[in-house]
Amino acid sequence: MGLTLDDVLVRLGDFTLTADFSVPDRAMVSVLGPSGAGKSTLLSTIAGFLRPERGRILFDGQDITDLAPGARPVSILFQDANLFPHLTAAQNVGLGLRPDLRLSSEDWARVDEALARVGLAGLGARRPAELSGGQQGRVALARALLRRRPLLLLDEPFSALGPALRAEMLDLVAEIAQEAGSTLLMVSHDPRDAARIGGLAIVVAEGRASPPAPVATLLADPPEALRRYLGAETAPGTSRDQAGRAS
Amino acid sequence: MARRPVALGATVIAGAAAAALVLALTVGTLAAVALRAEFSRGLGPAEWAAIRFTLWQATLSALLSTVLAVPVARALARRHFPGRALLVTLLGAPFILPVIVAVLGIVAVFGRGGWVNAALSAVGLGPVSIYGLPGVLLAHVFFNLPLATRLVLQGWLGIPAERFRLAAALGFGPADIARHIERPMLRAVLPGAFAVIFLICMTSFAVVLALGGGPRATTIELAIYQAFRFDFDLGKAALLATIQFALCVAAAGAARFVTVPEAAGPGLDRPRELYLHGRLRAAADALWITLSAVFLLAPLAAVVLRGAPAIAALPHPVWAAAGRSVVVSVPSAFLSVGLGLAMAAAIARLGRRRGAAVLEGIGYLSVAASPLVIGTGLFILIFPIADPARLALAVTAVVNAVMSLPFVLRALVPELRRIEADHGRLADSLGMHGWARYRLLILLRARRALGFGLGLAAALSMGDLGVIALFADPEGATLPLQIYRLMASYRMADAAGAALLLLALSLSAFWLFDRGGRLGADA
Repeated sequence: MGLTLDDVLVRLGDFTLTADFSVPDRAMVSVLGPSGAGKSTLLSTIAGFLRPERGRILFDGQDITDLAPGARPVSILFQDANLFPHLTAAQNVGLGLRPDLRLSSEDWARVDEALARVGLAGLGARRPAELSGGQQGRVALARALLRRRPLLLLDEPFSALGPALRAEMLDLVAEIAQEAGSTLLMVSHDPRDAARIGGLAIVVAEGRASPPAPVATLLADPPEALRRYLGAETAPGTSRDQAGRAS
Repeated sequence: MARRPVALGATVIAGAAAAALVLALTVGTLAAVALRAEFSRGLGPAEWAAIRFTLWQATLSALLSTVLAVPVARALARRHFPGRALLVTLLGAPFILPVIVAVLGIVAVFGRGGWVNAALSAVGLGPVSIYGLPGVLLAHVFFNLPLATRLVLQGWLGIPAERFRLAAALGFGPADIARHIERPMLRAVLPGAFAVIFLICMTSFAVVLALGGGPRATTIELAIYQAFRFDFDLGKAALLATIQFALCVAAAGAARFVTVPEAAGPGLDRPRELYLHGRLRAAADALWITLSAVFLLAPLAAVVLRGAPAIAALPHPVWAAAGRSVVVSVPSAFLSVGLGLAMAAAIARLGRRRGAAVLEGIGYLSVAASPLVIGTGLFILIFPIADPARLALAVTAVVNAVMSLPFVLRALVPELRRIEADHGRLADSLGMHGWARYRLLILLRARRALGFGLGLAAALSMGDLGVIALFADPEGATLPLQIYRLMASYRMADAAGAALLLLALSLSAFWLFDRGGRLGADA
């Protein structure tokens, strides 16, 4: 049944965002749209950091609108500050098992396994400051792997990485989402990321989050809002259109 | 803004409970006092004299401190000289300096057998006495000139450099700069500085106990103490305490711009280039800096010089009193920081909701509260059920904790707000609540601020001479009270030795906690 946003409206000062759609279980969904359109707002609402003014958020038929962020079936990776700088990589991952970090020796073994899975075997004792940006992202992914929440939300956590490293991380994300059986919602401002992940895409523009549609179809024949965002680069001949609308 | 649907839960409840305890101690004790006060008796001439003297000395102290602070701060703002950083640091020191130590130092410099009188008699001038108003003013200016100087210095260094550059480009002379740049800043800073110093001096007790007294130099605070200790007249003490509270509320209300001063101000370390380099001006600045440094350092030097020879041979009761002071100050510090932490965590969690402002307001309440009023209230409450003298140390620790709370909060709230802003969402998303959040996030990231708060509260409690004077029997004195008793019986050498010991204890308590917080605190 997956995730459903039922007639949701979020207000942040003058800005509003509406969403009314469902995401099928285990889908890989890219969230596309111009900056400031509300991609992060959408994820923050699903994760429980913003309360919708109207509507309900359902997961597997259950209303989660009033649940605290930690109690939702959600793991989220923010743009930055995904790790506590005063804790080691292993401790940061361990928080995914128990938020009070009272772990048994089996638990710690699972932490080591998760670190090894993301390619960080033996680095558990390091603090985030002693890791590279890509490694920090991997630690956060290892934690998401252990939390095994059915929804994995990515709010551009890899935007500071170079293209090659980012592609690598996206592949790892896709693998991990599949292994954990999670639905993936990933914010991106680069349509190539969406193409790489495949699956579905939600377009957020002009105060509205559209229902998910297949990425391939979307990119081949972009709807009006997406076409304006993508601009001349992928949809030639639309720039004049855009200028006309702006005047 | 749309708000998080987070259950505010345990953190806010703990903060509210801490605030309730603080309210009970400040406002609750006042209720006990008011119920007991014998209003029908009215005010006699002695009480009126105490009210007049309280207001008069507080006005003069605040006026002198703020007016003198202007040239000193200006000199510090625009001069480079070796030892400047040290002097600016030193301006923060009176904050944790035990009052009785400073009083002893001031007596050693300005008192009957002091350095100033020795110098005066050498040139054939008669001895000056500092007991009464002059001594009270000297001590209050000693404590509050540095505070005022720091506030004004902050104002000066807060003026954007571009404005001075613009002034230079427009060919402003000193008078134009004063008119367009400096005076507006002073108008913004000085009233607040005056108000906070006025409040501090209104509830000042130890200074007046040691240097004031008599019908012409008794404050309400001292009159409460005398009604207690000498007349054992609870009704009169309660009446005076009610008056004191009313005056404090009126003063605090009249001065709504009162800001709790930060115990350590960052960013005062670099002087500003003010484009003013006349020779006369440089000489005047040098004079102000020298005078203020001597004024602040001479009493401390006197305590060290007079106390050092006596410290090895201090009588046993002094060491016992020192032990009691340590026993009071450490738990008091932990209580103060515990209350502050619970409240600051709730404040940070509540963000910009109204509850945060209410909690903060309650925490800062004791800036305007008088420890003797709280003490009187506690005495009235305890007296029917237990011997107050037996609870003297516990009561002192609790009252000291509440009195330190505003300064602890001043250090903790911004830190915890920052932690919440930087890591709150991540902690929420992982479900870190209650104790886990404290243990794994707040306590680890706020180590510096916590250590600083503990050091501050421990030093303040170590040096406190207030409630203990109401409660303690002859065998139960803390070190500051013991020093006062030595002074009162003119055993000045022992008093100086004990004062040096107290100074060392206060400074090391601050240093140890502050240092402990810094160790292992990563960026």
